[in-house]
Amino acid sequence: MRERHLNILVLALLAAVPLCAYVSDEPFTITLSTKVAILALAGVGLNFALGLGGLVSLGHAMFFGIGGYAMGILASHAQSYTPIYDGLFVFEGTKSMLVIWLVAVLAGATAALVIGALSLRTTGVYFIMITLAFGQMFYYFTISWPAYGGEDGLSIYVRNGFPGLNTLDPIQFFALCYGILLIVLYFFWRLERAPFGLVLKASRQNPLRVTTVGLGVYRIQLIAFVMSGAVTALAGALFADLNRFVSPSMFSWQTSGEIMIFVILGGIARLCGPVIGAAVFILLEQILGDLSQFWHIYLGVLLLVVVLFAKGGLTGLITRRGAS
Amino acid sequence: MPTLDLSTLLLIEQTLNGVQFGVMLFLMAAGLTLIFGVMGLINLAHGSLYMVGAFAAAAVAGISGSFILALIAALSAAAIAGVLIEVLIIRRLYDRDHLDQVLATFALILIFSEGTRWLFGSFPLFLDIPAALSGPISLPGGIEYPRYRLAIIAIGLLVAFGLYLLISRTRIGIQIRAGQYDREMIGALGIDISRLYTVVFALGAALAGFAGAMIGAIQSVQVGMGEPVLILAFVVIVIGGIGSIKGAFVGALLVGITDTLGRFLLPLIFAQFLDPSSATAIGSALASMLIYILMAGVLLIRPTGLFGAA
Repeated sequence: MRERHLNILVLALLAAVPLCAYVSDEPFTITLSTKVAILALAGVGLNFALGLGGLVSLGHAMFFGIGGYAMGILASHAQSYTPIYDGLFVFEGTKSMLVIWLVAVLAGATAALVIGALSLRTTGVYFIMITLAFGQMFYYFTISWPAYGGEDGLSIYVRNGFPGLNTLDPIQFFALCYGILLIVLYFFWRLERAPFGLVLKASRQNPLRVTTVGLGVYRIQLIAFVMSGAVTALAGALFADLNRFVSPSMFSWQTSGEIMIFVILGGIARLCGPVIGAAVFILLEQILGDLSQFWHIYLGVLLLVVVLFAKGGLTGLITRRGAS
Repeated sequence: MPTLDLSTLLLIEQTLNGVQFGVMLFLMAAGLTLIFGVMGLINLAHGSLYMVGAFAAAAVAGISGSFILALIAALSAAAIAGVLIEVLIIRRLYDRDHLDQVLATFALILIFSEGTRWLFGSFPLFLDIPAALSGPISLPGGIEYPRYRLAIIAIGLLVAFGLYLLISRTRIGIQIRAGQYDREMIGALGIDISRLYTVVFALGAALAGFAGAMIGAIQSVQVGMGEPVLILAFVVIVIGGIGSIKGAFVGALLVGITDTLGRFLLPLIFAQFLDPSSATAIGSALASMLIYILMAGVLLIRPTGLFGAA
């Protein structure tokens, strides 16, 4: 099967499943599909850095968590009618998704700019360890910072609003998340073919050559890292809205590992790799989770098999083409 | 020696705690940095070996009641687990890129953690401090310090010294150092390189398991105990420089002392100009970030760590 056909099939399936569930009135399936769309978005975010740029970031949970807490902080102030900052000017909380997304994206991008600027001074295994360590820094910070729930996290009672939609209706919230996923995927698809994407891929394959041509590898990788952080933060804000709950576990290293699993399972640097990966992950969680409470063992074995024997992930297996 | 005043006593006690923490971090970091230096492998499952050591110690101590047997069990269980995963899985990863290594060892964490949960259940186990080492000891200057923690410091320093002798004075040490410089060359000189790799991996695993057992007696033994320590060991290695045992030692002490003293001093410093509750909140939140800020600082000045090769 050609990869393009597979992509269309996967995206059509992701839309068809919740629609069928809507017709047969199974809201839980719609919620699961929404989760797939949101986690896939986080994976697409990581794919900018990992797939195109070859930057093995093991700290993407920090952006996911930052997005989540952007939503949590803004919405919790709005629901308690207390301003976030009341001094020279007044900064109020909000229940509007559009504002929350904007804040999440900006916060994620800013964090990625700072962390990326530091981490990209190094390469290889240093980069992996440093991103992992910075992720852990955010995790411990949210645990020990009592203002927003500390270890217990924050609950938001009502899902935030989007103009013209009833976001409490599962199918409408799914449509919203799915729409964002499609927009970001289109952006990824265009970027991959744009001069910037080509240079980014080139600096993964041969940084010395790119430098010799006169392009700054550091700057290009940093831009990719910032985009990556921003998209993952947006996914974090949506994930928080799906659960109406944020907690430090969004920042945990396991979350970073899981986001990476979505990308690898589906196929690294593939357009719909993260969508396939996230869908398979959620399916496994449902099926194996019913069979045994220790389903992570099977996940571990599957991951080992994919890493050791199936380069290019599931997309590579189906399209019979290894990683590019 | 005159008796010291209370705040100095507390400071000395906290510094000793920091050294004790640092020495244990060194045992983790030394194995990681050796494995990376010789085989070029990043091993996320190193924290699982720490956990295996702690669980083996807790299980054997529960049956036999002997702490020495528990330590031997921890060392051998972690070493055996290390040999097993090296021969079955890790060996296939040496030629792969770091991403594959990260994912495969992440998969090993999942398997180890859930396997341990399946065997021992989700509740933490407890490992008792041996009777000979329980209670405080009086140090000069009127310091009362837990005997067991002092023993950890002593044993840790002893292991560090032993490791130094092993690397610098023995035949296997020469092979390890040669392996760090030129893997192909020592293979060409007729040294069984896959055996050397297995030995290095088992050595690193045994160190991790030993640290797990020692710490298991002052904290609880539970699934997931290894990963926070693993990530701290990464911070240590980044600060000290990958592949450098000396760097791991300096980095470990630096991280241990900075973290412990930060948690002790920062709330006190903020209490000078803030009300008590917000001083505690801001102080402890900042203290939890301190070692990462230290790491960022080292990175700005020396991207390859204090003792890393440029």
